[in-house]
Amino acid sequence: MFRYLIRRLLWAGVLFIAVTVVTYVIFFIIPADPARLAAGQRATPDEIVRARHFLGLDKPVPVQYALFLKRLVIDHSLGHSFTNRQDVNKVVLTAAPVTASLVFGGVILWMMLALPIGVLSALRPRSLLDRGGMMFVLIGISAPVFWVGLILQYAIGFRLGWTPNSGYCDLLNTQGGCGGPADWAYHLILPWMTFALLFAAIYARMIRANTMDTMNEDYVRTARAKGAPESQVLRSHVLRNALLPVVTMLGMDIGIALGGAIFTETVFNLPGLGKLAVQSISTFDLPMIEGVVVFTTLCIIVFNLIVDLLYAWIDPRIRLA
Amino acid sequence: MAEELLVVEDLKKHFPITRGIIFQKQIAAVKAVDGVSFTVNRGETLGVVGESGCGKSTMARCVMRLLDPSGGKVIFDGRDITNISQAEMRPIRREMMMIFQDPYASLNPRKRVGFIIGEALEVNKMGSGREIKQRVQELLDIVGLNPEHYNRFPHEFSGGQRQRIGVARALAVNPKLIVCDEPVSALDVSVQAQILNLLKDLQDEFNLTYVFIAHDLNVVRHISNRVMVMYLGSVAEVAGRDQLYSAPKHPYTGALLSAVPVPDPELGRQRKRIVLEGDVPSPINPPSACRFHPRCPRFHEGVCDVVDPPVREFGEDHAATCHYPLEAWPLTDAQMRGAGEPVAS
Amino acid sequence: MALLEVRDLTTHFRTDDGIVKAVDGVSFSIEKGKTLGIVGESGCGKSVTCLTIMGLNPKKMTISSGEALFKGEDLLHASSSRLREIRGNDVAMIFQDPMTSLNPVHKIGDQLGEAILLHRDVTKRQARARSAELLKAVGIPHAERRLDDYPHQFSGGMRQRVMIAMALVNDPDLLIADEPTTALDVTTQAQILNLLDRLQEEFGSAIIMITHDLGVVAEIADEVVVMYAAKVIERAPVGDLFRKPRHPYTWGLLGSLPRLDTDTERLVQIPGSPPSLLNPPAGCRFNPRCAYAFDRCRAEQPVLEPVPGEAEHLQACFLDEETKERENRRLQAGSLAEEAS
Repeated sequence: MFRYLIRRLLWAGVLFIAVTVVTYVIFFIIPADPARLAAGQRATPDEIVRARHFLGLDKPVPVQYALFLKRLVIDHSLGHSFTNRQDVNKVVLTAAPVTASLVFGGVILWMMLALPIGVLSALRPRSLLDRGGMMFVLIGISAPVFWVGLILQYAIGFRLGWTPNSGYCDLLNTQGGCGGPADWAYHLILPWMTFALLFAAIYARMIRANTMDTMNEDYVRTARAKGAPESQVLRSHVLRNALLPVVTMLGMDIGIALGGAIFTETVFNLPGLGKLAVQSISTFDLPMIEGVVVFTTLCIIVFNLIVDLLYAWIDPRIRLA
Repeated sequence: MAEELLVVEDLKKHFPITRGIIFQKQIAAVKAVDGVSFTVNRGETLGVVGESGCGKSTMARCVMRLLDPSGGKVIFDGRDITNISQAEMRPIRREMMMIFQDPYASLNPRKRVGFIIGEALEVNKMGSGREIKQRVQELLDIVGLNPEHYNRFPHEFSGGQRQRIGVARALAVNPKLIVCDEPVSALDVSVQAQILNLLKDLQDEFNLTYVFIAHDLNVVRHISNRVMVMYLGSVAEVAGRDQLYSAPKHPYTGALLSAVPVPDPELGRQRKRIVLEGDVPSPINPPSACRFHPRCPRFHEGVCDVVDPPVREFGEDHAATCHYPLEAWPLTDAQMRGAGEPVAS
Repeated sequence: MALLEVRDLTTHFRTDDGIVKAVDGVSFSIEKGKTLGIVGESGCGKSVTCLTIMGLNPKKMTISSGEALFKGEDLLHASSSRLREIRGNDVAMIFQDPMTSLNPVHKIGDQLGEAILLHRDVTKRQARARSAELLKAVGIPHAERRLDDYPHQFSGGMRQRVMIAMALVNDPDLLIADEPTTALDVTTQAQILNLLDRLQEEFGSAIIMITHDLGVVAEIADEVVVMYAAKVIERAPVGDLFRKPRHPYTWGLLGSLPRLDTDTERLVQIPGSPPSLLNPPAGCRFNPRCAYAFDRCRAEQPVLEPVPGEAEHLQACFLDEETKERENRRLQAGSLAEEAS
């Protein structure tokens, strides 16, 4: 197990380097001039040259990358934004909790939808319930996320006025007129629904398929042959096995989503990592882009590792191999 | 032409087990085949029998160079094919063909039967398109299928018919040797009989040489001239068919013979069965010296687990690898256990 | 009174392609402490028959009729809760593939315990003790310790022993074994058959052994039922079945076996393959493949009738006695294969 961990961490390091290098390469292939953007609309050529020097953009690309790495590893700093010289660390860490709130709330909501729909559809295949469930799945997967967001905003936020339309309230602090858990949740209701719909659909379908497969396994027949009531067969034999793969998928999806639920955050104007990523790309703000990339990569690596360890722990075939 | 079509000397196939953080180091090996030697003469059938994990399928694949041997020699028709390159192997492949166990998995479901049977002919450029088609239809007839079904897909045939297609495929290029890897294990008894009769007829008609691998001793006896018994990667005993079944020398062969249920209620119940203890051990860590010693009713401590058993000859063409070969047959369980001195060669 | 008496059992499955008549009018019985062998090839309905008796077929697609009287009580018309009381308790079943028949994420001790706790009002500790006792009885070394192991830590033969232990844990009157040794090596099979024999003596249960292997049946059965295409075509005490079979299909089955003790050049082969159960042939189901079929066979379905002079031996074939005796003699002499098949 220890050896496995070391190997995973080494690969994580390799992955990290690869991802950040690729980001650099893409950035410098794009024909745009961050220096000009930084210097401002009406900058003179001289000022642009000075800006370029100041931002270190006149150095060769590998050197810039090396400096970036050095700064990250030694100073634990992601540098400063090209556009407004803000500390990237701080900006990223302010945006992260917003995305985290969206994602974790969304996860709970989507599992609350997917589990019952998936399991009940599997238990009564081809019934009205099953067909209804699969219709839900079809809609959930087909409907574009931003469209869902806009519809919800219009129908519930604007027309019915039940929830606020946009904006984010911090969980703990009050700033700009709202704060505290109640406000926080209130503002996130529509975003959660929007974010969760797609995943709920995907997971419902997967849970249904897994449950149906598991119902046909020989050991389920053995349990029935022992005289176990259907509820026990379901609980103790079917679900425990059918839901194992869901654990893995959940871990991966959370890791990815933490990188920024771009559509949802844009529609609802939530200042999370997704919105930050979009903004920094459109302003060619390399340090900020790298900052988001680094953070996201770290999240994905950590969550994948957690999931692998968790899976090894709950499946005795892997644990005791 | 030499009598011996296939000579295998001390064949070994080890699958490495590696461990390591960055650089994988080999820490152990699955010794699937560990020193197997035998010969097959032209026109005869060598039956290879053994239970799961004995290495018979791996051995077959090494002989056909579908796997590369880790050691030893394979000499086919006088030529050493153990280490030759895949390119050099290609022309030899049309002389040795294989029939597989699972009639459902061994035929490509997306190809028509005509293509499946004729593919080897096409690859080896053995005739024009029309000639190949003619040959394929001939083959379908030979194996007892309707030549009109040339354009059908595998799923349109039953298990037994699919196995016949497998046989036709093997026959297409007129091979010298056909290796049959459990060809009837997945078939019902009545269908099994059809395929066994077919294989026998074809052998007579085309003077084929078979290596017939199976775990069912009854089936092996019906079709083989000589039989080889394998256990955990090595050969326990080799003998002519009648000899092996009436006067086995290796305790494992004796246990196998006594374990096979006989479809005769009186005989079956009268027979004193020898029941082995325990399960087949793992080929990763085979027992020391004689592989069979942990389960052998004749186990003598200090001999069987320390000294490699010698290959003893019993008349022409009967050899067993054992310190205490059986003196007679049948033996009861008690008689099996009561061996005294190791038999002198 | 027989322990289990099955009368005219019929099971049809509703499928997308139509109604599959998997079992069509099967009758047999078994006495306390005896062993009944049900023999047939794949698709003949032998497994479905026993699954129907246990009520383990998927409810939505199954239509069953007939009677299965277990100690006088009709299992086919019992309520689900009554069936659940009986399953694993009075009637137990073990299946073919020990690799997949045990839940991979539960310990063996828990799975054995489940079987006990479903039917007995005992504490967990008592259940555990009983489980260890059974594991020992089936010959698993270090039984106590092994209770905490998972199925993948056992070999195939040992898993099948665990299945047997699980089935016998509540001392059932009847054990149904569905091809329990088909997936095992021949030496392991010998161990398991030996074990079943010994346990039958110790526990006194009746055993129904479903198999396609006539050798196994010869070794352990007292009476044999031969099934073909969802019907019983012959039923006899074991000695009579092997020495005096009275149905062409049985001759085919017996003649197609390569034997250790006889020397036949050619095996009897039955041409063609078993019929579809969606649309079985008219008349006798075996007639398209039967070398002896005549007009009556194609028009009428034969009924199970006793062989003259042998009340215990039933067969369903229109052939006259003389031909049957003659063909049987040829079978026993090993020359039946010369028939043009």
